[in-house]
Amino acid sequence: MNKGRLLAAFLVVATAALVTAGTLWPVPSAAAYAGGAHLVHSSSTPEAAVENLGDAIRSQAWEKAYDSLANKAQFSEPEFMHDLTGEYPSLLTYTTLDKFEMQPLRATENDAEIRLKLYWATVVGASVSTRDVRAVRDGDQWKVDWPIAKEPVLPPQVIPVNYLRWDVIYRGPGDDWGVQDVEAPHVRIVDMHPVQRAEGVMILGELLNEDVVPAYVSVSATLLSKDKAPIASEDSFDKISHLLLPKQVTPFLISFPDVSLSDVGSVRMTPFSTLVPASADPVIEIDNQHLNPAPDASLTGQLVNQSGQVANVAHVLGTFYDKSGQVVWIADQYVDRALLPQTPVAFNIHIPEDLARKISTERAVVSTYSFGGFQ
Amino acid sequence: MRARSKILLGLLVAASAHTLLAQGSALTVPKTVEAGAGFSIQCAGSGKATLYIIGTGQVLKREVQLGETTLFPAGSLYNAGRYLAVLAGGATGTGEFDVVPAHQPANLSFLARPSRLQVGLHDGITGAVYVFDAYENLITVPTQVSFELSGPSGIAQTRSATTRDGAAWTAMDSSAREGTDKFVARTGGIVSTRMIGQVPGDPCSLKMNARQSGQQLELETDPVRDCSGNAVPDGTIVTFTEAYNGDESTVDVPLKRGIAKVEMPAHPGAIITVASGVALGNQIRWGR
Repeated sequence: MNKGRLLAAFLVVATAALVTAGTLWPVPSAAAYAGGAHLVHSSSTPEAAVENLGDAIRSQAWEKAYDSLANKAQFSEPEFMHDLTGEYPSLLTYTTLDKFEMQPLRATENDAEIRLKLYWATVVGASVSTRDVRAVRDGDQWKVDWPIAKEPVLPPQVIPVNYLRWDVIYRGPGDDWGVQDVEAPHVRIVDMHPVQRAEGVMILGELLNEDVVPAYVSVSATLLSKDKAPIASEDSFDKISHLLLPKQVTPFLISFPDVSLSDVGSVRMTPFSTLVPASADPVIEIDNQHLNPAPDASLTGQLVNQSGQVANVAHVLGTFYDKSGQVVWIADQYVDRALLPQTPVAFNIHIPEDLARKISTERAVVSTYSFGGFQ
Repeated sequence: MRARSKILLGLLVAASAHTLLAQGSALTVPKTVEAGAGFSIQCAGSGKATLYIIGTGQVLKREVQLGETTLFPAGSLYNAGRYLAVLAGGATGTGEFDVVPAHQPANLSFLARPSRLQVGLHDGITGAVYVFDAYENLITVPTQVSFELSGPSGIAQTRSATTRDGAAWTAMDSSAREGTDKFVARTGGIVSTRMIGQVPGDPCSLKMNARQSGQQLELETDPVRDCSGNAVPDGTIVTFTEAYNGDESTVDVPLKRGIAKVEMPAHPGAIITVASGVALGNQIRWGR
C-alpha cells in the first residue's frame, strides 16, 4: 500500500518536472514543428541563413521568411509565396514542406551559393524542387538573395474555344430489362511485357481506346505460377492515364513488389473501361522532349497548354522503347505548377541508370486535372 | 399469419393425398388451362364443401355446392405452372392440372448487343428474343420470330427464327455506313425495337499538310475518314510528332469538324509524323 502511494507521488512529481522543463526549455525542432517558437539559429554563416529560411518555409511563416531575405525590395511577400506554392491552384496549393536539404556550391568572404532542395509533401507523394540561392553578408549576419521566379499573370482576355464534350445518359431504373445500356468503350491492350527489377516484377504495357467515345480505364494483372495458381493481383493505380479519348494510347505499369519473375508461369491481364462524360480540352503540347543520357538520365521537356482553360495538375507519363520498339520502362512525373494558357512549364522524368543505355526512343503523354473534374 | 397459411395448406395437401389414396377423387379437373382463360371443376357428391386451388404464387378458395360444376371466370389463374385442386369440408378429393402460357404473344423481351459497334463487322450484332404472353408467362411452344436490321441507307437485313424453350436469336452484320440502325424483332403483331449505333472504324488514309506561319508551323490534316469512307467522329485523337536535332515535340489533338489542326515550332530539317491510334499517316520533312 505504502509502495503504491510512493510510486503515485513519484509519477506526479516527475510529470510536473518534465512539463515544466519542456515549457521552459523546449526542444527546438519540436517547437518548430508545433508552430510556436521556431528553430532559430543565428544567421552568422551562409548555411545558417539558408537553414533559417528553410525552417520558416516549413512552418509556413511566410512573413518571417520574407523579412529575412536580402532582396525583398524586388518583390512583395505574396509574390514570394506564390513563387513557392503557385498563384493558381496546383499540386502545391495544399502541401507543406516536409524537409529540405542544403548543398554548398561555392563561397567567398562576402557571398555564397547554396543549392536548396525542397521536399514538398503532396497528395501524390513527394514533390522535389531545387533552388540555387545566394547568401550575402550583411554586417556580421548573412541574408539570402531569393531567386524569384515570378509566375506569369494572365491578362484579362477572351479565348474562343470550340468546346468538344461528351455527356452520357445511362439506362434508367424504369427501363425494361431487355433495354441495352450504353455500351462500355472498347479498349485493347496493344503491348504487354513483364520485366524483373530489383523491387520485384513489373508489367509494362500500352492500352488503346479503339472506340469513338471517351473511356475511364484501368488495367489489373494477376501473376499465375507454373501450376496456374494465383501468386498476386495488382492494378496500375496512377501509373496510367485513366482518361482516354478516342484512339488515344496510354502506357501502364503494374508493380508486384517482392515477386520473382522466375516463379511466374503466366500473367492474366484484365483491362477495365467505363463510359464517362469528358471534354477534349485542354490540348497540351509536349515540347522539346529530350532524352538525357546517364548519369542522371532523364526525359525532360516542356508542357504548353494550347487551350484557354487553366490545367491545375498535370501528370506526364513517359514510355521508353529499345531499338526494336519494345517497351523497356515507364515512368511518370506530376507537375507541381498549374498550366496556364501558352505558358511553358518544364518537367523532368527520371530514368533508372541501368535502363538508360537500352533506351532508344520515347513517347510522352500528359493527362490533366482541372478543378471541377477530369478534363 | 403466413406461417399459419403454409401449415394449413400443408395439412390440406397431406389430408387430401391421404383421402385420395383411401377413397379416390371427388373432383374432375381439366388437364390444362390456358393462362387467363376461364375453366370449370366438377365436384361429385352432395352438400357443401370448400375447394382450394393452389399453385405458383396463387391460391383460390371457393365455397362449392357438391354435385354441381364450379365456374372460374377468365383471369382467375394467370401464372403458368402446376396447380393442385383440393376439396375439403363436406367431401374430400384432389386433382392436378397445368396452367399453360396463353397462345398469343403479348410482349417481347429483346436483347440486342452491342448498342454501338464499328461498321463492316460480320455477325457483329446479336439479337435474342424471349416471347411472353399477356401475363408475362414465357411461351414455350415454338413461335416464329422475324428480325430486321435497317439503316439510314434503307437497305435492310432480315432473318427469321423459331423459338426453342421460349427464346430465339440471330446474328447480323454491321453495315458499311455509319449511323443509327433500327433493329426490330416481330412476332404475332408484337414489335420490339432497339437502336444500334454503327460508328466509323480506324482512320484509313491519314494525311496532313504543313504551312509556315511566322515562327510556327501550321499542321492540318485532310478530313479524316475510315476505310469505308465514313468521317471519323470529332474528338478522335490525332498525334502530331515533330523530331528535330535529337529532340521531339508531340501534341495529341482531337478532331474538330473532321480535321485535326495544331501549331508547332518550325524547326528547319524537322521530321513531322502524324498518327491516330494504331493508324499511321504521312511524314513531312520540313525544308532547311
